[in-house]
Amino acid sequence: MDAITFLQFDFPSILLGSLAALGCGLLGNFLVLRRQSLMGDAISHVVLPGIVLGFLVTGTVDSLPMMLGAGVAALISVGLIELIRRLGRVEPGAAMGVVFTSMFAAGVLLLEQSGAGGVHLDVEHALYGNLESAVWLEATGFGDLLRPEILADLPVSVTRLAVVNLAIVAFVALLYKELKLVSFDPLFADTLGISSRLVGTLLIVMVAVAAVAAFDAVGSILVIAMFICPAATARLMTDRLGTQLWISAGVAVASGILGYFAAALGPQLLGVDMSVSAAGMIAVVAGLFQTVAMLLAPRYGVLARRRLQRV
Amino acid sequence: MKIDHVSGGATKIALAEAGRRDVLDPGSPLAVAGLTVAYDRKPVLWNASFSAPEGELTAIVGPNGAGKSTFLKASLSLIPRLSGEISVYGKPMEAARGDVAYVPQRSSVDWDFPATALDVVTMGLYRQIGWFRWPGRKDRERARAMLELVGMEAFSDRQIGQLSGGQQQRVFLARALAQDARVYLMDEPFAGVDAATERAIVDVLRKLLAEGKTVLVVHHDLETVPLYFSHVLFLNAGTVASGPVTETFTAENLQKTYGGRLAATQLAALGEAAKVRG
Amino acid sequence: MPPWFEAFLSAFLLSAGYNTAVVAVGSALLGAGGGAIGAFVLLRKRSLVSDAMSHATLPGVVLGFLFGLAIFGDGRSLPLLLVGAAFTAGLGMLAVNWIKANTRLTEDTAIGTVLSTFFALGMVLLTVLQSLSVSGQAGLSGFLLGSTSGMLASEAMTIAVAAGVVALAVLAFFKELTLLCFDEGFAASTGLNRNRLDLTLLVLLLAVVVIGLKTVGLVLVIALTIIPPVAARFWTERVGRFVPISAAIGAFGSYLGACLSASAPDLPTGALIVLILFALFLLSLALSPVRGILSAFIRHRRFQRIVHVRQGLLALAHDEPILEPITRRLMKRRGYVTGDLRPTESGWSAARRIARDQALWNLWREDCPDEAHALADWSLRPIDEVLPRDMVADLEARLGLKAEPARGATA
Repeated sequence: MDAITFLQFDFPSILLGSLAALGCGLLGNFLVLRRQSLMGDAISHVVLPGIVLGFLVTGTVDSLPMMLGAGVAALISVGLIELIRRLGRVEPGAAMGVVFTSMFAAGVLLLEQSGAGGVHLDVEHALYGNLESAVWLEATGFGDLLRPEILADLPVSVTRLAVVNLAIVAFVALLYKELKLVSFDPLFADTLGISSRLVGTLLIVMVAVAAVAAFDAVGSILVIAMFICPAATARLMTDRLGTQLWISAGVAVASGILGYFAAALGPQLLGVDMSVSAAGMIAVVAGLFQTVAMLLAPRYGVLARRRLQRV
Repeated sequence: MKIDHVSGGATKIALAEAGRRDVLDPGSPLAVAGLTVAYDRKPVLWNASFSAPEGELTAIVGPNGAGKSTFLKASLSLIPRLSGEISVYGKPMEAARGDVAYVPQRSSVDWDFPATALDVVTMGLYRQIGWFRWPGRKDRERARAMLELVGMEAFSDRQIGQLSGGQQQRVFLARALAQDARVYLMDEPFAGVDAATERAIVDVLRKLLAEGKTVLVVHHDLETVPLYFSHVLFLNAGTVASGPVTETFTAENLQKTYGGRLAATQLAALGEAAKVRG
Repeated sequence: MPPWFEAFLSAFLLSAGYNTAVVAVGSALLGAGGGAIGAFVLLRKRSLVSDAMSHATLPGVVLGFLFGLAIFGDGRSLPLLLVGAAFTAGLGMLAVNWIKANTRLTEDTAIGTVLSTFFALGMVLLTVLQSLSVSGQAGLSGFLLGSTSGMLASEAMTIAVAAGVVALAVLAFFKELTLLCFDEGFAASTGLNRNRLDLTLLVLLLAVVVIGLKTVGLVLVIALTIIPPVAARFWTERVGRFVPISAAIGAFGSYLGACLSASAPDLPTGALIVLILFALFLLSLALSPVRGILSAFIRHRRFQRIVHVRQGLLALAHDEPILEPITRRLMKRRGYVTGDLRPTESGWSAARRIARDQALWNLWREDCPDEAHALADWSLRPIDEVLPRDMVADLEARLGLKAEPARGATA
């Protein structure tokens, strides 16, 4: 692999994967702490009907209306989940299951009916993403990384994810204190006049934004994995929320890079000529990170716990 | 004009339900009138009225399921109420958040949360700090001072899950102290704590009292009511009786609230304890 | 009659050919099994474990295909694919349990971890398979969203028989599972092994998920075990009816979906079944007289009125101000107070009645505090309608009241 092919073909994909992982991974910390891990799962599923509707309404595969549609679908589903949970007095998981399966089913039917299936909209695409298709043909050398006019030719999905990531970092930085408070003790937050519902809703809105921005490039399964695995890994490594956020960010980016290389180079190293799904591989690597942490984390790993019990 | 044929034993009941006049009393630290809270169309609290005596320590007692925690939560507008008016020094609760501090039950949060004792106490200052801003050095110093007040300064950097139950309770108390409120509502702060912590909590309560604060505590241990508190509120689905411990903490009121739960001898002993203290 | 409806009707009446009939009956059996199992799982609060299982089937399906390819030269054997699916889904289920039991991570995180990494592994394997470019792999995409069109008779039969077996297994374990979900303490005392029963429940859930793969697809199969019980929640407060209602909703929805799919072979069967189940759920949510939105709203309003009017009358009786706007409005509307909040004659008489009733209720609470806060009617309905006559008479005697004439008579 020479520098130019790396820059032209691998670099944009790595950038996409890592950016998607980073944004979702940061927000995932609060989902995991609030026992809402599966909110990421539910939201990534309801993105499908949203984009199909966005397509049907505007008739274009332009990303903005489709993202708007997805965002609206995500918010509707969150409202519906809350409604079912309260009226049916069922656990949040069951309410989520009802909503996201139904909305996904609606998306599938809409897709079949609308003929949108022909224009690069299909279910498999929504699940698996299309990480490898990102290219940066204008790049001619590493010097281009510093030249704005050539950087501007990076795929639009990269720019979009970069902007969304900035928004996520700003959100977490500005509302760090509030997020921490409502995740730990929502009732107390309410007595302070810091509405736990408002902060919780803002978090879900950001999750929806992250999921919608990332899914087109990396697919919803990677989005789900990134909401959970880096945060869960970090949760096992530390008892400080700040440290946890940094670790999760590191794990997310490392999964993005290592996963991509494992997918691109792994088979060649094994001497077989094939390409495997990069998005899938990134999620698998994130899962491996978490497995290692579950077993070997200094204090909360299974081995450390066993040793403690024996003493 | 009052309907007078509701006389005899009913007069007392009528009085117990009175206090609704105090609602608009702007001098009352916490006035609750006609509070009804229902879960699933079954009232947990029915027409409860109470006006907290200013600068006093009031124990809220009653059997399990009598609605004591619900009373605190509904007073704080944390859960919806079917009817009832609530005011803090004449202001609605939403406008008086800065005046009221709350100590929830220890079991209401996940202690495995990645936060230190100091982090949790600092949360008591979040309202003063304001949205979007991070706690500064001064805030941390104040939080540390509060930890010192409850004898926990040595544990400020400890993750909260690694503290004992009593220590966790002290952290919650320090968080409420950091709020520097006028009215303190505490939900079972004495539940499951060690003797040393119990003394430390009593010290804090006395200190609050000395500063002229009004404190309401949901309390389980009837024996210590006359020792720790000056006033008592008996709750069972509604307000049964309330007033100074010396007058109200009587065998009769205990019997009315707890019924067959307390043996007669125990009741007599508790009533005696109240009189001795008075 | 439009042609699609004709096709639907003949499928519905089981007269659209052997295959279609087998698929429809198999779907109904599967729906019944899924509804019943799902009801138990909902009560154990573990509904989304099925989400982890269903996603974890993907690597198994691909492995099953590769295995078949290596041994028989053809991967397209449904039983083999399903065995593979069950194998990795089982691993996924064990992984969820292991993470929950051995780490500080909560169940939702465990489920999310398993579903995303197992599915991602399946994606990787699928791309490996694609680069092998062998025939028949296109059929695997049917497992994603489910498809019954072009299903072989033998395949339809396999699914129907397996679904029947699961439904029978649910019946066989019905008593034990009911005990497990409704009365854990009793279940333990009768010597039932709770852990083993929980595992049995999960294995049955796994069976539903795996068998439903081909018809409903792995993304949506969990709907079979989640939507029917949540819909059934709205129809009954009684535990004994909950499971059968859930099974009936599952069976009916799946049957209808399969028949519709026969009339529209282009549409994915899974999506149709799920949307029909969702429609049944919406109907239940909106219209059920037991717990539907409409009846809940009406009953809440009625309850609110009772409480406010009663509190308003008590305030009159005790000569206290009526503070809340709703109370004032209700009191005016009933003619208990005039426009400027002065009590009317009927207001006085009602207040007197309610004050007496409340005094009796309060006295009774003093006698029996335990029963008082357990009794839903305490202080809400006239005491004469709730407690036996002699009890009320006794309370009245102690209050110093003579028995009052029947309700409604003016004093």
